[in-house]
Amino acid sequence: MNGDSNLGAAISLSVRDLVVSYGDKRAMGPVTMEIEQKRVTALIGPSGCGKSTFLRSLNRMNDLVLGCRVEGDVRLDGQAIYGPGVDPVEVRRRVGMVFQKSNPFPKTIFDNVAYGLRIGGMRDRAEITGRVERALGRAALWNEVKDRLGESALGLSGGQQQRLCIARALAVEPEVLLMDEPASALDPIATAHIEELIHELVRDYTVVIVTHNMQQAARVSDYTAFFYMGDLVEFATTDAIFTHPSQSRTEDYVTGRFG
Amino acid sequence: MKRPASRVGSPPAPPTGASGRTTHPARPALRAPSSPAADHRGRFGEAERSERGGGGRWGAEGRSEPSQGSHHSSRLGDVALALGTGLAVALVLLIVVVILGDVVYNGAAHMTLGFLTQAPRDGMTAGGIFPAIFGTVALVVLMTLAVLPAGVATAIYLSEYANPGSRFTRLVRVAVNNLAGVPSIVFGLFGLGFFVQFVGAGIDRALYGGQRVFGQPALVWAALTMSVLTLPVVIVATEEALSAVPRELRLASAALGASRLQTIVRVVLPQALPGILTGAILAISRGAGEVAPILFTGVAYYLPKLPRSLHDQFMQLGYHVYVLSTQSPDVDATRPILYATVLVLLLLTFALNATAVVVRSRMRRRLAGANS
Repeated sequence: MNGDSNLGAAISLSVRDLVVSYGDKRAMGPVTMEIEQKRVTALIGPSGCGKSTFLRSLNRMNDLVLGCRVEGDVRLDGQAIYGPGVDPVEVRRRVGMVFQKSNPFPKTIFDNVAYGLRIGGMRDRAEITGRVERALGRAALWNEVKDRLGESALGLSGGQQQRLCIARALAVEPEVLLMDEPASALDPIATAHIEELIHELVRDYTVVIVTHNMQQAARVSDYTAFFYMGDLVEFATTDAIFTHPSQSRTEDYVTGRFG
Repeated sequence: MKRPASRVGSPPAPPTGASGRTTHPARPALRAPSSPAADHRGRFGEAERSERGGGGRWGAEGRSEPSQGSHHSSRLGDVALALGTGLAVALVLLIVVVILGDVVYNGAAHMTLGFLTQAPRDGMTAGGIFPAIFGTVALVVLMTLAVLPAGVATAIYLSEYANPGSRFTRLVRVAVNNLAGVPSIVFGLFGLGFFVQFVGAGIDRALYGGQRVFGQPALVWAALTMSVLTLPVVIVATEEALSAVPRELRLASAALGASRLQTIVRVVLPQALPGILTGAILAISRGAGEVAPILFTGVAYYLPKLPRSLHDQFMQLGYHVYVLSTQSPDVDATRPILYATVLVLLLLTFALNATAVVVRSRMRRRLAGANS
């Protein structure tokens, strides 16, 4: 979609020899890849192939999994996020995440979006209000909820809840947005909303999305990485992956011969 | 509860009744203890539980069954079981009614304003019980102040920070469970030995030059002893409440850059608050009624003055009941006072419970659908 060449493009996340293991068992890696700024990178592969594990290692969410060990190097704008003295909390403010199942807090719509700002120490009410409004606008939810910001987020539909979670992640103005199958629990219309949204978001954010849906990967992403059994099999432009993959396993998978 | 008890008599015939395959002799027995909410409701659950358990449904199926020979014995079993469980329920209700009825009947007349606001007089054969009411409330309040932070903090550690598989965590859990099984008089002795004679006397040596101030039974030691007794209740209830908070919410919070502490304070605890309050309710009910733990640690036989500091002794309703009923010089003169005291104790426990239940249900409503 954006030409074959990486030349000259800014790199947002640079991953080198990343290995993630649970206990003694290697779950993923070693993986080396570079994720380009303000582009959508899709991670595809069969269940258990390590793509979600890879995604979670980009904002150190794996730190929360008991017995999980991460080796290798991940750099965000050149800064090692697993470096000594790096606070994972700080990393997560710069690399936001949206989960498969929408998980709004049992708070009001406004408080959900304001959550990240408040825990970040923002106190100024006008500033918070402005940021919440902007984030809801970016997530294409503002028009639907502007009159009910004080109501519980749990009253929203599934698709709206997921967009609320995106707004919540955007409010803290991260550089990268990770999405773990963000539309897999939604109906086709809500899914289309989310995909449109991703097209919009990528103007300002780097997006990495895990998806089980091959058409979705083809529709929304600029680059696609195919994972299989914990290994990164192939990483190229989405065009290349879906039209002339270099690996036969990739071809088998994207054409539906297995997986 | 949607099934009113009145259906016992005229049951709708279940469509599958004719299939005749039935295993239900075992089922009512399984059902009875399984009403999940009941265990958390403390004393208030009682009424609902007996309503819900209604044997009507089972009676209904038994009836609509075809009377074939092979089912005869199981039908007999149903009838016997319905009778047996019904009798048991009736017996429980009867006991409650008799106790409450007796207490109210004999005590209500003596429940005057003077009785509630005066100190005992004339060798406790006259006057009121205000010092005992005050002492009980003070004890329960202090106990709650002590047990809630300690219990909630322990539960937070166990649920949020401790490695669940570690030997230390398991040891703590075993200790908590064992604490719950210790007889209350043992807590009393522990309180005397540890709080009064060790901590209290230590304070006296360090701060008061050996003069006896804290090194004797006192309100603060009784409250602390009571809080040790109720600690497991609070820990277990809080831990359950914490573990019921969905993991997705913690992850969402972490992904937004919240520290673990921020997640606990802003997401987990608010969600768990109703459950924590349940623990508090149970602790309060228990603490208001127990006597053994305070016997050696602070309660006074007769003390017309109110306690004015933490190191004063105090009167307490439960102990006062014991004193009135066993130590009175004139049993007949004391009897109305005794009954009224019991009534006050019951009402006080009831009121403490009711307050907590109201607060909790309000909180739950606010959490469940802030959209209403």
